[in-house]
Amino acid sequence: MATLAIPRGTGATLPSFRDPALFVPLVGAGILIYLAVLPLLMLLIGSFQAEVAPREFVYTLKNYQAAYASEYTYSTFKNSLIFASGSAALTFVLGTLLAWLTERTNTPLRGIFVPLAVVPLILPGVLESIAWIFLLSPKFGYINVWLKSLFGLASPPFNVFSLPGMIWVHSVGQVPLAFLMMTAAFKSMDPSLEESAMMSGAGAWQTFKRVTLRLLVPAAGSVLLILFVRTLESFETPALIGIPARIYVYTSEIFLAFNEYPPDYGRGGALAVGLLILSAVGVWLYSRATKEGKKFQTVTGKAFRPRQFDLGRWRWVGFGFLASYFAFVVLLPFLVLFWASFLPFFAAPSWDAVQKLSLDNYRYLNGFRPFWDALQNSIVLATLTATLAMLLTSLVAWIVYKSRLPGSWILDFLAFVPITIPGIVMGMALILLYVAFPIPIYGTIWVLLIAYLTRFIPYGMRAASGSILQIHSELEEAAAASGASWWETFRRVTLPLLRPGLVAGWIYICIVSFREFSTSVLLATGESRVLSILLFTMFEQGQVTVVAAIGILMIATLLAIVAVFYKLTGRVGIQTQ
Amino acid sequence: MIEVKSLTKIYADGDNAGVKAVDGISFTVEEGRFYTLLGPSGCGKTTTLRCIAGLEKANGGEIVVAGKKVYAAGDHTFVPAYRRPIGMVFQSYAIWPHLTVFENVAFPLRVGKQRFSSADIRKKVGSALAQVELGDYEERMATQLSGGQQQRLALARALVREPQVLLLDEPLSNLDAKLRERMRFELRELQRRLRITTLYVTHDQIEALSMSNVIAVMNSGVIIQEGGPRDIYLQPKSKFVANFIGSTNQLSGHVARLEGNGTGAVKTENGEISCQVLDGLGVGSHVVVVVRPESINLHIDHPQSSLNVIEGKIGAAMFLGEYVDCAVELGNQMLQTHQRYTFQVRRGDPVWVELPVAECMALPAE
Repeated sequence: MATLAIPRGTGATLPSFRDPALFVPLVGAGILIYLAVLPLLMLLIGSFQAEVAPREFVYTLKNYQAAYASEYTYSTFKNSLIFASGSAALTFVLGTLLAWLTERTNTPLRGIFVPLAVVPLILPGVLESIAWIFLLSPKFGYINVWLKSLFGLASPPFNVFSLPGMIWVHSVGQVPLAFLMMTAAFKSMDPSLEESAMMSGAGAWQTFKRVTLRLLVPAAGSVLLILFVRTLESFETPALIGIPARIYVYTSEIFLAFNEYPPDYGRGGALAVGLLILSAVGVWLYSRATKEGKKFQTVTGKAFRPRQFDLGRWRWVGFGFLASYFAFVVLLPFLVLFWASFLPFFAAPSWDAVQKLSLDNYRYLNGFRPFWDALQNSIVLATLTATLAMLLTSLVAWIVYKSRLPGSWILDFLAFVPITIPGIVMGMALILLYVAFPIPIYGTIWVLLIAYLTRFIPYGMRAASGSILQIHSELEEAAAASGASWWETFRRVTLPLLRPGLVAGWIYICIVSFREFSTSVLLATGESRVLSILLFTMFEQGQVTVVAAIGILMIATLLAIVAVFYKLTGRVGIQTQ
Repeated sequence: MIEVKSLTKIYADGDNAGVKAVDGISFTVEEGRFYTLLGPSGCGKTTTLRCIAGLEKANGGEIVVAGKKVYAAGDHTFVPAYRRPIGMVFQSYAIWPHLTVFENVAFPLRVGKQRFSSADIRKKVGSALAQVELGDYEERMATQLSGGQQQRLALARALVREPQVLLLDEPLSNLDAKLRERMRFELRELQRRLRITTLYVTHDQIEALSMSNVIAVMNSGVIIQEGGPRDIYLQPKSKFVANFIGSTNQLSGHVARLEGNGTGAVKTENGEISCQVLDGLGVGSHVVVVVRPESINLHIDHPQSSLNVIEGKIGAAMFLGEYVDCAVELGNQMLQTHQRYTFQVRRGDPVWVELPVAECMALPAE
């Protein structure tokens, strides 16, 4: 810190290049520009190019014409809009209901439902889709088969291969996010605001309507917006359910343009630019909304004990809702995958099927080379991405929040940019970049590493900056006053103090990298295939029970990595008063 | 020894020219002395200290610590904080929560240029901790210590390197009143014993008066008055110093005549007051006569001497145990006075106010 006492505003001599005060931020900015800005630039250029990696640049608008003025334009737009808004609404309703019941009511046993609500986070989106196909497929879905035989129906009551089906499957995967955000909103609500409404003579319902709901509006708006954008960017459900059902959204259009023969990179690029703009506008609106929200914020960082809403006899209804939600939405997908992984071929649970249960799928995987390669790739990528991302972001966050360097907000901005890049757009951009550039990493896992790193830097930033802001700068200054140089201070004081935050960030990035699908689907080929892509291709080939076994092993591996890392880094018992 | 010459520090303030936090101040802390920078918040005292520590880079002037030039604007000298022979105690103590008591103190020995063997480290840390009476706490986590213990730990950490200069940034402000009183005493004793050159920053006049050899009162980035505690308290040279240190009463008027020897008479609304007159004030200049509440004597009957005796009326009397806080109405002005606890009056009683000539000072009105 001390060596970074850069003169503010006045003209002293510039520090030399070897001075960490200048060197570190410059390197940070360089890395971020390379990761976040360069691919976007290539994407933009590529979308106006007549051919990929040309000898000379030929400007054309035909890519945009192909992308936005075709016979499919309208239906893609309509599907995307319905899919995104439907998912956002359903996810929001479910997440808010769960958060409200567990946080603000006296529903019995609500405490145990809080961790359970977050469990689906470890279920990769691809597996979520596959599990629901197992359950709701019109041909063989368990729920359809049961309901048909139970009520003697002629046709299956549910069809997952439809827009409502896509909305349902995507939504249940996103509920943990909405749940966490709404729980935070409920938690941060000062109970005295409601109590003073009651003291003014408002009844419970009046209070809820006139105070509670109004206070939630800013939070609810931003949650809805972020859910809408994330759905628009997602590709798991559109790939596994949408493409077979011929329901195409923007992300699937990009994928199809890439999968044509020969691949139409230009059209893909033009579509990607559109999606990028949509997403950027969404993120911009979101950050504006949350900033606006802060103005009206009545929260002071204090932990409140929110008032509990007495549901009376209705609390058993609440309990019933929670219990059935967890049985059907959280547990059932895991169970169906687990069950299917022991089957030689897909079959409904019956005495017949039970007798056919075996470990054959797992034995098969044991000797199945591509599985081991993909597993290795996934593990290497997840741990490496998490480690590099946390290293980079802890440095960047330190520069942004501690060094007081002029222009450090640029770093903050650069580290935030990737949050606007949808996964599949990132994939498209990197293809254009590394096909054109003579760095031979296309087709290796290194291009995936770059892609993951870029995409998850914003998450790392959030974890790192949160904990950096909590470190009192005198703790670092004391090190300088004790004779420690900049690196010594960073290594011996700053990093150890950051550890709890960094561990949390590491685990989160590890999980999202391990389940990553929408970027990998364009970049992971052949040897660089990762587990989620292996699942996708094998599912398309119809080896559904082997896919279930891979899914189970994938979840187990993820849990193991997190457990080992947690054990290794240990819980650091820093009590900051 | 610390020498500061025309030190200037400017903080950039958006597009404006910047704020002069420290405006060309100079002072010298002699070897082994306890020197205090005293002033209200925002007066530049902490900035000055941080410039000396090397935590801030000044914009002009020169700083010499223990004979070594650590900062000079002229030839672009800037020795980084970790190469300066200093020990520092921070306002928040800045005890590292991830280290034990022992490791907190050992830190300066582990990171410095000079390498120590682990036996040396053990010995030095042990004696530093013994000095502040924390010898039995070595293996505790630092966060398990109480506020006062953390304060002493911070002190041990600052001293373990045997620095040439000790810098203290409002180290007592986070302690409760009782503990602060004790630590004031302990800190002063330790400093005397080690004879270490100490620069102390505080906004608390009692700390400054009780501990320092020399006090410099600062305001708006400049030193207003420098001197020993007695001089500062008894002979303030400006209204600001008089107001900032202790409480004062002020009677405004103009100098009626000078009588040599630094005394004179000031004409006020309440009649003529004989008092000390600051050098350089001429007849007719606008002044305020400042007098401390504890200097003022109240009499129920007219005293024998009639010099500086004014008739007034008790406005309020509050019994505070150690003394009685009596407010006296003089015309439309209130005088605050401290009387012995035996003094018994009621609101509205007439009294005679005696202002001792030697304890009244006429200072420039602006």
